[in-house]
Amino acid sequence: MSTPATILYCRCAYAQVVPTGVKNEVLQKLCDSNASFETVSDLCEMAAHRDPRLQAIASCGKLRIAACYPRAVKGLFQQAGFPLPADTEILNMRTQTAQEIADALLRAEPVTTA
Amino acid sequence: MITHTHRPLRVVLYEGNGSIQLPAESRAKVMMALLDKGYTVTRSSLGAPAMPHDERNLLVLGAFEGKAPALEDATGKITIDTCDITGLEPDAIVALVDKSRGEKTMNEPGKWKPWFPVIDYSRCTNCMQCLSFCLFDVYGVSEDNKIQVQNNDNCKTNCPACSRVCPEVAIMFPKYQAGPINGDEINEHEAGREKIKVDISSLLGGDIYSALKDRSAAAKSRFSKERSPDKALDERKKCLTKLVGDGFIPADVLASLPSTEEILKKAEIAKARAAAALAAQ
Repeated sequence: MSTPATILYCRCAYAQVVPTGVKNEVLQKLCDSNASFETVSDLCEMAAHRDPRLQAIASCGKLRIAACYPRAVKGLFQQAGFPLPADTEILNMRTQTAQEIADALLRAEPVTTA
Repeated sequence: MITHTHRPLRVVLYEGNGSIQLPAESRAKVMMALLDKGYTVTRSSLGAPAMPHDERNLLVLGAFEGKAPALEDATGKITIDTCDITGLEPDAIVALVDKSRGEKTMNEPGKWKPWFPVIDYSRCTNCMQCLSFCLFDVYGVSEDNKIQVQNNDNCKTNCPACSRVCPEVAIMFPKYQAGPINGDEINEHEAGREKIKVDISSLLGGDIYSALKDRSAAAKSRFSKERSPDKALDERKKCLTKLVGDGFIPADVLASLPSTEEILKKAEIAKARAAAALAAQ
């Protein structure tokens, strides 16, 4: 059986650039599920002072992130010195619907056979 | 102003064995209240693993029905506090977390905006234009002569001027509203990199120059609204004017602001740094 992906939700709490309705609905859908997940107040704020927690996130294996534009999210981690693995899935709460994002975050991992 | 604080706490909303599951709506409200205050929160549910712990102390919140367990880290490296949140409203839970945090400082939303450039190294060609353009020493050069954002504290909030002049569209400001500065995907056509497409009939019988002129005008009305050297220079100037005119800046800081001559000198120095870095490549 494959390892489940770690889910990370960014609240973008330090600026109002992510639509409130979308970010609330994504969080609500995560809370409605049985999944464990990580949430951060703002990835930009963490990257601004190179929070070591970013390193922990970048090195936790398979990762799905609900935040904003993938190019920006990758850049934030890289600039902080902790590049994301190439297979990280980044969902964009500025352009995608809450349903699309929740479906992608909570999607079951395909079962692998030995 | 960026305050470089450590993360004092990792808040865990625990819903595993020994605690009662919160209703989904309450769970979401609690998480929103904590996140909007600036905390990071882990939701830990039965049977599903969360991220491994780090060096931060843990504050475990759960509906323990008055029986919050006393926990101790087996390695002795961190402290673990537990709080019973049975029946508490989100505001009361935030107050509990604040109390547990104590005097340790923390950035808080609403008091500061994380505003700084982020370089997309998959596009950056290390041309050093940003280094020579920015007057606030935000950019620097690494030991191997690679452009870097070295002093993001110096960046002026809401000024994306360097991004507008980057020839490779490689500078992003994630908190900016519009693309491609906010990190949106780049349309190479709009970036002005496409081959010039000429209407063959106009080439053979008409006026090639008018076609080129039309294309240039069309481009200006779209992409270049965001990527304009004129707009960038204007923003740079506004930043300086705002600094001078902002009544919140103490008098001694006002007195230390650079004069026009000094700004010109600074620009020359930045240009020279960029040229030196380019020559060393």
